[in-house]
Amino acid sequence: MTATTPVTVSVNGEPRRIPAGLTLDRLVATLTSAPAGVAAALNESVVPRGQWPATPLGEGDRVEVLTAVQGG
Amino acid sequence: MSLPPLVEPAAELTVDEVRRYSRHLIIPDVGMAGQKRLKNAKVLCVGAGGLGSPALLYLAAAGVGTLGIVEFDEVDESNLQRQVIHGQSDVGRSKAESARDSVQEINPYTRVILHQERLDSSNVMEIFAGYDLIVDGTDNFATRYLVNDACVLLNKPYVWGSIYRFDGQASVFWSEHGPCYRCLYPEPPPPGMVPSCAEGGVLGVLCASVGSIQVTEAIKVLTGTGEPLVGRLMIYDALEMTYRQVKVRKDPECAVCGKNPSVTELIDYEAFCGVVSEEAQEAARDATITPRQLKEWLDTGENVDIIDVREPNEYEIVSIPGARLVPKDEFLMGNALQGLPQDKKIVLHCKTGVRSAEVLAVLKSAGFSDAVHLGGGVIGWVNQIEPEKPVY
Repeated sequence: MTATTPVTVSVNGEPRRIPAGLTLDRLVATLTSAPAGVAAALNESVVPRGQWPATPLGEGDRVEVLTAVQGG
Repeated sequence: MSLPPLVEPAAELTVDEVRRYSRHLIIPDVGMAGQKRLKNAKVLCVGAGGLGSPALLYLAAAGVGTLGIVEFDEVDESNLQRQVIHGQSDVGRSKAESARDSVQEINPYTRVILHQERLDSSNVMEIFAGYDLIVDGTDNFATRYLVNDACVLLNKPYVWGSIYRFDGQASVFWSEHGPCYRCLYPEPPPPGMVPSCAEGGVLGVLCASVGSIQVTEAIKVLTGTGEPLVGRLMIYDALEMTYRQVKVRKDPECAVCGKNPSVTELIDYEAFCGVVSEEAQEAARDATITPRQLKEWLDTGENVDIIDVREPNEYEIVSIPGARLVPKDEFLMGNALQGLPQDKKIVLHCKTGVRSAEVLAVLKSAGFSDAVHLGGGVIGWVNQIEPEKPVY
């Protein structure tokens, strides 16, 4: 197994193949143009923004990307 | 994580109060002690709109002794689809006064304090100081960050909820015991990226789904009952009919409640949230026309191309005569630029002028230096030119 072997993670409930070890910030960048106003949870736990680049993803991880809404 | 009760119990309940709250009193977890705590509680609801409506009604019915209402707006007909604290005969009235009347009808024992002003950095600390807990029913990011930061600085629990279309989120932010709003969302989305309910719509009953979570959590925190939603984010999806939750930890690098906070006093929240982006403000300067100006151009046969940058369903509700629809995203993606005429004056418009200003910035940077946008959008047009048409 090399570091680039694809793994399958779940992104907002949908399976997705990514290179093993892809970090959370890189994954979020593929989904939205700006991380502002976005929260990301890994396995049902929100990861603080500053820790995204130090959070590698592996087989079976569940990622949820949430968008802030303002309505009330 | 259970927490001790936030509020000391009142000395006693009257005979009338015992009768009224009997269904609470016979729940062992609430009981006399819990009901007396509610009687002694001072809860502030920021906004008497979508979330504020069910929140205020149920907090009052539950027997919260003092309810504050921050609200500067008036009741509009388009509020009534979801803001159930107001009725048909309240249209045009002060929302704060309308809400107070409904609360008093539900529960005359609740004392209501009205703060009929716009919440901002100059008044928030003084207003919040008089309350035990803050319930958020505001409709914009700037006020949400203001409320969060004030709650952190004053160490008040912040019962937060937000809604959009079919989706809701709720949590209890309380920096003494868990994360704050900024630990979850360090900064707001770029201006114009996430529509408000006025721009994107909201299912009316969603307010009840999320507002009732907020009231439940407020009662739990006030009385020290159960497991409060501290450190957890509840995510409600009305289309799937699911409630999911994710854990939220305190962010050690949080700007306001972290180890080395950079925000130690209130800031300029309008600027922080960039209500309209700087590029859009710059583009709109000297390139904003009034509805009357547009009407004059149409009447005199000026060669204009009116482009409506809203979404198709908004266009269906009401539109300006002769306007063609090209939704904002098609400009932001860049693929609508080649369809623009070189020989006509381009007039952009949206609902109120926020989105069209963003598109105007794109057009200006692509060389369409003569393009303008309509200040006040289609709403301004209808109000001034075609009042017989509907607004939304």
